Amino acid sequence: MATTAKTNVWSAGGNKPMNSEYGKMMMWFFLISDALTFSGFLTAYGFMRFRYDSTWPIAEDVFTHFPGLEGDQPLLYVAFMTFVLIMSSVTMVLAVNAGHHLKKTATAWWMVATIVGGAIFVGSQAWEWYHFIMGDKGGIELANTEVWKVANEEGEVLSLSQLVHGMEHGHAANHEETFTTEEVVAAFQANEHIVLQSPGKGHPAMSREASLSALRGAQVIQGANMHHNEYGAQQFANFFFFITGFHGFHVFSGVVLNVLLFWNVLLGTYERRKSYLMVEKVGLYWHFVDLVWVFVFTFFYLV
Amino acid sequence: MASHEHGNDHAHDHDHEHHVENFWSKYIFSMDHKMIGKQFLITGMFMGIVGVFMSMLFRLQLAWPDQKFAILETFLGKWAPEGQMDPNMYLALVTIHGTIMVFFVLTAGLSGTFSNLLIPLQIGARDMASGFLNMLSYWFFAASSVVMLVSLFVETGPASGGWTVYPPLSALPQAMPGSGTGMTLWLVSMTLFIAGSLLGSLNYIVTIINLRTKGMAMTRLPLTIWAFLVTAILGVLSFPVLLSAALLLMFDRLLGTSFYLSDIMVAGELLHNEGGSPVLYEHLFWFLGHPEVYIILLPALGITSEVIATNSRKPIFGYRAMIGSILAIAFLSFIVWGHHMFITGMNPFLGSVFTFTTLLIAIPSAVKAFNYITTLWKGNIQFTPAMLFSIGLVSTFVAGGLTGIILGDSALDINVHDTYFVVAHFHIVMGLSAIFGMFAGVYHWFPKMYRRMMNKGLGYLHFWLTFVSAYGVFFPMHFTGLAGLPRRYYSNAEFPIFDELQDINVIITMFAILGGIAQLIFIFNFFYSMWRGPKAPQNPWRSNTLEWTTPVEHMHGNWPGEIPEVHRWAYDYSKPGYEEDFVPQSTPLKEGEVGH
Repeated sequence: MATTAKTNVWSAGGNKPMNSEYGKMMMWFFLISDALTFSGFLTAYGFMRFRYDSTWPIAEDVFTHFPGLEGDQPLLYVAFMTFVLIMSSVTMVLAVNAGHHLKKTATAWWMVATIVGGAIFVGSQAWEWYHFIMGDKGGIELANTEVWKVANEEGEVLSLSQLVHGMEHGHAANHEETFTTEEVVAAFQANEHIVLQSPGKGHPAMSREASLSALRGAQVIQGANMHHNEYGAQQFANFFFFITGFHGFHVFSGVVLNVLLFWNVLLGTYERRKSYLMVEKVGLYWHFVDLVWVFVFTFFYLV
Repeated sequence: MASHEHGNDHAHDHDHEHHVENFWSKYIFSMDHKMIGKQFLITGMFMGIVGVFMSMLFRLQLAWPDQKFAILETFLGKWAPEGQMDPNMYLALVTIHGTIMVFFVLTAGLSGTFSNLLIPLQIGARDMASGFLNMLSYWFFAASSVVMLVSLFVETGPASGGWTVYPPLSALPQAMPGSGTGMTLWLVSMTLFIAGSLLGSLNYIVTIINLRTKGMAMTRLPLTIWAFLVTAILGVLSFPVLLSAALLLMFDRLLGTSFYLSDIMVAGELLHNEGGSPVLYEHLFWFLGHPEVYIILLPALGITSEVIATNSRKPIFGYRAMIGSILAIAFLSFIVWGHHMFITGMNPFLGSVFTFTTLLIAIPSAVKAFNYITTLWKGNIQFTPAMLFSIGLVSTFVAGGLTGIILGDSALDINVHDTYFVVAHFHIVMGLSAIFGMFAGVYHWFPKMYRRMMNKGLGYLHFWLTFVSAYGVFFPMHFTGLAGLPRRYYSNAEFPIFDELQDINVIITMFAILGGIAQLIFIFNFFYSMWRGPKAPQNPWRSNTLEWTTPVEHMHGNWPGEIPEVHRWAYDYSKPGYEEDFVPQSTPLKEGEVGH
């Protein structure tokens, strides 16, 4: 009796627009809602970006590392991350498809692939954050709180290590080395080919005289956190941490959901139900998280 | 075939569906929409008592700024030494009064109560799409209420930066006493509230779209349901943006980012925060804030449509125009938020765009007001307390709407911005209208909720005292506002130009106290009738909608037998060819009869 009463509850009206079960429709509306949360953040990002257009860091100068490779590899690693995440969307589609055909084993394997893809992405994000926080070439924060880079007359940006130890002995990135403001200013004053260069669009440089006078009251910045950012405008770091963090939290939640789902597939829960609808619903969420990344990626790395 | 006629055949079958209910599963962790609706109502009423009481305390301060009141020390303790209110406490009371009334009473209390109670009953569904999420939505709301109330008792006092919690007061814990733990708890409470509101809204939308009974086309839905549907959609679209604003604010507070902060000195010390903008917060906040006005108002308008049609014994005038105007208001509400920020240094051209979109809202609003009046016109009006409150809503909606035209115009707004003129406007158009709609709903559906009737005489007394004192409080504020009196000031004694306005402030406070006391009549009537009121008949208002075809005694699943099929719209009142002056939606069309 209990089961028939239950079917009565949902089948009474016969109104099912787009043939959609209620949970799936709820997921769609939730995603719309979540999309507006992200829109709030990305709009705020845009607001700040145009406000600090001249000192907004160029992504190619910020994200240059790739594990195991020396030298500048601009945006290579984030391209890899993005590729992995999009591929995990493909495997999710295949899992949903296998579910439609009630193929338990295939669904389970594609779920594993999706979980692995998601885990690689979250791990890569941690790696990306680590390098962002540790810093690359270092910057100089002037008394007016603008952050500038050190460059030679050819317009090539030097790391603090190259400035202090000379081009031959210094590293292109500062690695673990830290420098005091005094030694950097001394090295700067000693080498007359060195000027300050803006991290923003077009990399305009100061003259040697202007650079020297700008150094008064300046301090050396290495790495990025909530208070300082060696790459340029402080708001870039704030929003980078916030938005990629919020997105990473979504991916992490998606991985957790996928693991629960995978477990239920193994237990045969959906097999007994004769419906893998739950896989489809979480799949919607997973694609949404991918789609959001496409926007985050575009805003932070491409434009 | 109307099923309630042969419902008894199934009644004995149905008994088997009842699982054993104890106190906890029936009253506390209920998944039944009717019980959840009542939980929202009782919680909302409790929060309403707190919110209204606070307003009476700060009105005392405004009327007699130098006088000491022992009652203040009784309730505020160290915040009112010897009965003299601390200025920080005044700001805290104003802030929490606004927060509680806007979110806890008029959002959750109003839409939570009636969406839950009426959606399944009026569309012909056994329950909400997901009873479990529905229960969670209430418990998130309950938890957020508790956190908000707890914030009243922290050492440094509750949040005090105004209900809009603009930074820097909300972003810097050291800015003022209320910016400390009180503000953090405010944000925690609102985050819980947003989660609960999201869960509730998802349920309302999906239930209305997916679970309507046979024959219940969208164009046959009662206008209450249309209002709840659009309200829920507004909530799903606008609350997440408030969540974005709140999360960024939390980062500024707790992790030292500078999204909203720049160049600030506190107590002679320059803060490290650089590059942020408080105007960014205002944009994000008001993108929610304006739709929020309609999240509050639309359910009240929906209830009014239903109550006015039923008690005029006439079809609602312009049913489709009503739906159209609800949709138009909802759409426009997303593109007018700038009118809250005309004085932030906004480009005057942008200001004129927001002026234009804001004034456009007058059109659908006027459609609604005229449709109410034309529905009343030559109707066989039944003056029930619910009807009085609905007519009261039409009055306040028009009176408050007219000052909206003034405030929506950027050139005029700049002169009265942040004065009592604004306070008068939004309290009348949104506060009073929504609370009148809520009272109308309670009086009208009390028999459905508690199987008993409320006392009509006390209802009249409650209405007239409330109506008179409401205008007594807010109408004079137009004049003090035009005279330049700024809102949120603890005392105006330092400004001799306002000395002449002091008598008006005294009168306002007297009406506020009268209005507050009048609510005790309602509370008494409510609880007395719950246990001692006369037993309600099945359809006390001779109404057409489906909720009155359910048995008086509540049961899980709502109808003992089949769910009734719907054959007509909800407004066949006084239809020629019928003996009765109402034809329930479940009555099949007669041969040759034309639907609406």
